[in-house]
Amino acid sequence: MTDLTPVLSATWDAQESWKLSTYEDHGGYRALKKALGMDKADIIQAVKDSGLRGRGGAGFPTGMKWGFLPPDDGGPRYLVVNADESEPGTCKDIPTMLSAPQVLVEGVAITSFAIGCNHAFIYVRGEVTHVYRRLLQAVREAYAAGHLGKNIHGSGFDLDVTVHAGAGAYICGEETALLDSLEGRRGQPRLKPPFPAVAGLYARPTVVNNVESVASVPAIIDRGVDWFTSMGTERSKGMGLFSLSGHVERPGQYEAPLGITLRELIDMAGGIRAGHQLKFWTPGGSSTPIFTDEHLDTPLDYESVGAAGSMLGTRALQIFDETTCVVRVVTRWTEFYKHESCGKCTPCREGTFWLTQILKRVEGGQGTEADIQQLLDTCESILGRAFCALGDGATSCISSSIQYFREEFEQHIAEGACPFDHSAAALFDYDAPAKATEEAHA
Amino acid sequence: MTSTADKATTQAVETVSLTIDGAEVTVPKGTLIIRAAEQVGIDIPRFCDHPLLKPAGACRQCLVDVAAPDREGNVRPFPKPQASCTMTVMDGMIVNTQHSSDTAAKAQEGVMELLLINHPLDCPVCDKGGECPLQNQAMSNGRTESRFIDVKRVFEKPLSLSSQILLDRERCILCQRCTRFSKEIAGDAFIDLQNRGAMQQIGTFNEDVLEFDGYEPIGVAAEDESGRAFSSYYSGNTIQICPVGALTSASYRFRSRPFDLVSSPGISEHDSSGAAIRTDHRRGKILRRLADNDPVVNEEWITDKDRFAFSWQNLNDRITRPLVRGEDGELHESSWPDALAAAAKGLRAAITGDEAQGAAVLPGGRVTLEDAYAYQKFARTVLGTNDVDIRTRTASDEEQDFLGSSVAAKGMGVTFADLEKAPAVLLAGFEPEDEGGIVFLRLHKSTGKQQVFSIAPFLTRGAEKLNATLLPTAPGGEGKALAAVKGSTDAAEALKEDGAIIVVGERLAGSPGAFTQALALAKRTGAKLAWIPRRAGERGALEAGALPGLLPGARAVTEASARTAVAQAWGVDSLPEAAGRGAAQIIADAEAGKVDALIVGGVTPSDLTGDLQAAIERTPFVLSLEVRRSEAAEAADVVLPVAPPSEKSGTFVNWEGRLRGFATALKTDAMSDHRVLDILARELGVHLGTGTVAEVSQQLGSLGAAAAKERPAAPKVDAPKVDAKPGAELILAAWHQLVDEGALQDGEPYLAGTGRTSVARLSRKTADAVGIQDGLVTVSTEFGSLELPVAITDMIDGVVWVPAKSPGSWVAQELGVEPGARVTVKGGI
Repeated sequence: MTDLTPVLSATWDAQESWKLSTYEDHGGYRALKKALGMDKADIIQAVKDSGLRGRGGAGFPTGMKWGFLPPDDGGPRYLVVNADESEPGTCKDIPTMLSAPQVLVEGVAITSFAIGCNHAFIYVRGEVTHVYRRLLQAVREAYAAGHLGKNIHGSGFDLDVTVHAGAGAYICGEETALLDSLEGRRGQPRLKPPFPAVAGLYARPTVVNNVESVASVPAIIDRGVDWFTSMGTERSKGMGLFSLSGHVERPGQYEAPLGITLRELIDMAGGIRAGHQLKFWTPGGSSTPIFTDEHLDTPLDYESVGAAGSMLGTRALQIFDETTCVVRVVTRWTEFYKHESCGKCTPCREGTFWLTQILKRVEGGQGTEADIQQLLDTCESILGRAFCALGDGATSCISSSIQYFREEFEQHIAEGACPFDHSAAALFDYDAPAKATEEAHA
Repeated sequence: MTSTADKATTQAVETVSLTIDGAEVTVPKGTLIIRAAEQVGIDIPRFCDHPLLKPAGACRQCLVDVAAPDREGNVRPFPKPQASCTMTVMDGMIVNTQHSSDTAAKAQEGVMELLLINHPLDCPVCDKGGECPLQNQAMSNGRTESRFIDVKRVFEKPLSLSSQILLDRERCILCQRCTRFSKEIAGDAFIDLQNRGAMQQIGTFNEDVLEFDGYEPIGVAAEDESGRAFSSYYSGNTIQICPVGALTSASYRFRSRPFDLVSSPGISEHDSSGAAIRTDHRRGKILRRLADNDPVVNEEWITDKDRFAFSWQNLNDRITRPLVRGEDGELHESSWPDALAAAAKGLRAAITGDEAQGAAVLPGGRVTLEDAYAYQKFARTVLGTNDVDIRTRTASDEEQDFLGSSVAAKGMGVTFADLEKAPAVLLAGFEPEDEGGIVFLRLHKSTGKQQVFSIAPFLTRGAEKLNATLLPTAPGGEGKALAAVKGSTDAAEALKEDGAIIVVGERLAGSPGAFTQALALAKRTGAKLAWIPRRAGERGALEAGALPGLLPGARAVTEASARTAVAQAWGVDSLPEAAGRGAAQIIADAEAGKVDALIVGGVTPSDLTGDLQAAIERTPFVLSLEVRRSEAAEAADVVLPVAPPSEKSGTFVNWEGRLRGFATALKTDAMSDHRVLDILARELGVHLGTGTVAEVSQQLGSLGAAAAKERPAAPKVDAPKVDAKPGAELILAAWHQLVDEGALQDGEPYLAGTGRTSVARLSRKTADAVGIQDGLVTVSTEFGSLELPVAITDMIDGVVWVPAKSPGSWVAQELGVEPGARVTVKGGI
C-alpha cells in the first residue's frame, strides 16, 4: 500500500498556511539559502539527477529543459511560471498557490538563480482572483524578507518577480501562447522553432515551467536527490498531486508518489460514493483519453499510463460512476474546447465547432448511425494536424469514449433520447434542465 | 538579369539535398519544404503560405509526410504530418506529398473538409469564383460532397473595412494573409484577428466583436485626423492575396467573373516606380487592375492608386474625335484632316513672320518616353524653339543642371534592391509613402536593419513606420540642412557606410542650393544619390530631353557640339541655340501675351501656381492633346484626342532609370501623343519620325548619351538660411498625398474615401503664438485662402503644412504659391 507523501501540501492544514512566517516555521527558504551557496551548475545537475519531470502534463525532464538555455551572452533570460491552470478537472496548482504560495516563490528564486534569470514572471489564470491576490501578497512578503529583490541574502543575486494575471483564455496555458499573452499580444501559439529556450519572452532565452515543477525544486535542494528519487517509479520519480474529483466520497488533492494506482487513491478518498461503482475516469484531465474500471490498477506514472493508451497529464482524476452519461460528459468537454479554441488553425477551430454540433445532436437523440463514424473521422482530421496540442486534446475524450462506450452512443441514437437520469449523477440538488436554464438566464 | 541576381549567384550558397515524391532536389539551406517542392514542380495546396510573408502555419492545408535523419543518421518518419510551409529542409529528408503519401492526401482532404464546413459555398455569386484557391483546391484536394449537415456560422455581410475594402467574414478561412500583409509589408496594422475559436474574425477594431461590454479599451488604435482607425495606401493588396472571396473591393464587387476577363500586363501610370500591373478588361472596358509580379521592382505589391485609379480615362468626358473651335466660339467635333489642318495653320501663324512670338510646348509629366521625345523633337524641329518643359510643377535651373549633370542618361543608378539593402538612407524633399508608393514598401522591408533620416518639417506616419530620424527642416532650408550633415553627426556617419543612399525628391527644386548640397554630400560621404520624382513621366522625359535646356541623352542645349550631334542625327541643319523657357516662365509669358501658340498635353491648370487658364485664353492659338475634356482642352482652339496608357504601348522610365515598356491593353482607335505629333508634323511639312514606338526607340538608341563635356555642369547655387519662427507669417509646407484629388484619380469615389483627411499641421508652439487651440484655421496669401481643421503636430516651429491637392486643400490654385512661401495663418472664424 502506497502512503501519502505530503511535500508541497505539507503545510496546507497549518494556521494561515499562506503566510511567509508559517512557511518559514516549517523550514521554508532553507533551500534557497542552501542553493545560493551552491554552484549554479550543481543545482541544475541536482534537478537533472532527481529525474523531476514537468508537472504541467507533458512530463519533459525539467533539468534538461533548463539545460537547453544557450550560454549566457550577458543579456536577460527569463523564468516564466505557467500558472494558467484551466484544464477541466485539473486542480493542483491553484490549491498550491492558494495554500502555500511561498513554496512556489522559493522555487522561483532557486530556479532563477540556477538559470541566471533576474526577472521571473508568474502567469496566473486571471479568473482566480483570490489566488492572484495571495501570490501578490506572497511576493510582497518575500521581498520584505529579502528572499527577493536586490542582493538576496548577501549573495549578490538580484531577482524581481512579476505576477501577471491572464485574461481568461485556456490557450494561454500553451507555453508560447502564454509568452505572447505575457508580452501583451493576442494569445495564440507561436511557430516553433525557435523554442522558448532560444527565443522566448521578448525573444530572449526563457524557461517556462509549471507551478508544481518549480515548487518541487526547493524540496529537492533541501532534502537531496536521493530522497526525491526514493519516491516514484524508475522513470517517473518523486511525488505529485493527484486531484480527485467527481463521484468519490472525499474529493481533493492527494500528494503521493508517482506510480500509485487509482484503486489506492479511491481508497484514500473513502471510495466511490456509496452504492455506486466506477464507470470511467480521466487520468490527467479532460485532454487525456478516458480510462475505465479495467485500469484501476494501472500505476499512475508517465510510462504505465502511456502504455495503457492515455497520458498521465496533470493527474486530474475525474471519477464518474455508472449513473453518468458518457455522451453528456464528452459533449460538455467538447463544448469547452470549442469555446477555448484560439481559432488560429483550421483543424481545431472548425473541428471543435463541428464536433460540438454532432455531439449535441447525438446526446439529444437526434443523431444518426453515420454520426459516430463522423465523430471519429473528424477527430482524425484534428489529431496530429492542429497547430498545437489543444486540438489533439479535444479529440481524446471523444475517440476514447467511443472506444469504450460505443454502445452507449448507439443507444442514444436508437432510443432517440438520452437513456440516463441526469439527476442521479448530480452531486448537488438537481432541477429539471428547463427550470435550471430559466434561472441561469434570470 | 539584374545586378542583384548576379551577386546572388556568385555568392556561395550552402545547400541541402532532399527527396520530394521520389525526386531529388537541392535547395539553399533554410528553404521551406513547400518552396523546395515548387522547385521540382510539385504543387502542395496552401492558403496561409505566401512567399513574401512570414510563415504562419495556420491553415494546415499543406500537410505532408516527412521523414528525416536523426542524430545517428537513421531516417525516421515524423509521427504526424508536418506543415510544409513552416518546416525547413534538411539534408537527407524524405518528403512525400499528397501525390505519393496516403497520410498526406488524407490529412489535406480532412483539412479541406473542415475549411468548407463554415464556408458559404456561394461561389456562383462570389467575385473570387473562377480564380479562387479555395475553389480550385477544393476541386483538386477535397471531397466531392460535404458531410457537414449542421448549422454554419454566419456573419452580417459585408463589413466595410474602408470605403474601398469590404469583408465577407463568413467566406474567410482565417489564413491571416491580409493581417500579416498589413503588419509586415505595409506597416498598417489596421485589421487584426478578433474574438476566438469559430467566432474568430478579421476586422478593424470593433468593441462589439471584442465583447468589451462596458469596458473601455486601453490606449487607442492608430487614428487619422478624422478619428477613424487608419486606412492604408496599400490595402488593395489584401484583396489580391486573399485566397478566398472574403476581401473584395467596392469598385469591382459583383461587376464581373474572372473567366470573362482578358488580362493584359502593363505598367502603372501613377508614379515613378513603374510598378508592374495587370489590367483586366471585358469587351473593351477595364474592370480592375491587379499587381503583377516583378521581383526587381514592385515584387507583388502595388499602391491603391495603382490598383483602383483607372476610371479617369473612361469617364463621359473622354474625347474620341478631334475638336475644333468654330466661328461660334464653341468646340465642335471635326474630322482628323480638318483638325490637323486647323492645328497646322494655328501653329504656322505663330512661328512665321517677323512679328511672330513663337510657340511653346507643355507636355505634362505623365507622358511616356516616346511621347516626351516626340514633344521635344516637335518643339525643336517644327516649332524651332527650346521652349518645351514637362516640369509643370516646382522647378528650377539648378534642378535642370543637376538632372543633366548627374541623373539623365546615366542608365540604371540606385535600384529598389539597393534601397532595400542600404544600411542608411537620407530622404530630402521626399516622402516615400506619399510620393513613392512602392519605394516606401521596399524601405519598410528593411526597417530595423536600416537607418533612415528624413529632412522634412515633421515625421509623417510613413516616415515613422520606417523608424526614421527627423532632421527638422522648414521648406527652403533643405540646402542648409544637407550641408549640416557632416562631421560626426549621426546622419553623416551613417551615410559613410558602404551602400548608403541619399534620396532627393523633385520638391527640392523649390529649395535653392539643395541639389548643389546633395551632390556635395554624396561626394563627402561616398553615398549614392537617387532622384525620385513623383510623376510617371518625369524620368523618361528627362532622358528624352523634354526640358528647355536639355536635348536627348542629357546634352546641354547650350553646347554647340551637342546641338550639332543631335541635329545630324535628326537630319536637320541646326537646332535652336537659345536655352528655352521653363514651364512656369512659359505660362507667365503666355499670360502676358508674349507667346503666340501653346501646345498643351496632360496638364491640369489647378496643379499650377501660374494661371494656365489665363495663359491659354490670352494666347492666340492653343492646341491641346488630351484624353478628356479637361479645363485646358475646353479652352483650346484645337483638341486632338490621344490615348490613355491602357490604350497604347510605350515606355515609362522609372526613377531607377529602368525601362518599363508596356503593350496595348485595350485596342482602340486612340493614338499616342507621339503618333499624333508625327502626323501633325507631316501636315507642317516635317518628317518627325515618331509614328511608332519602334521608330522612337531606334532614334533614342542611335543618339545615345552625351559625351561628358556635352552635359551641363553640376549646379553651384548657394543655399539661403531660412528663418522659420512662430508668428503671423509662417512658411508653407505642402506635398501631394498618395490618395488625393489628382486628375488621374477622378471617377473613383471608393478610393477617394480611403484618402487621409485634409488638415493644416502646426506645432504646439506655433499654434499658441497665433492663438489657435483647435477647430478650423485659415491659411492665406494675398492670392487666396484655405480653411482646414488644425492638427497640432510634433514639428518644426514657424511652418504650416497642408496637403497639396486634397479635398479642400488645392494649394496651387487657392493660395497661388509654392511651398516655401510665406503665408498667414489665423484661427477659426
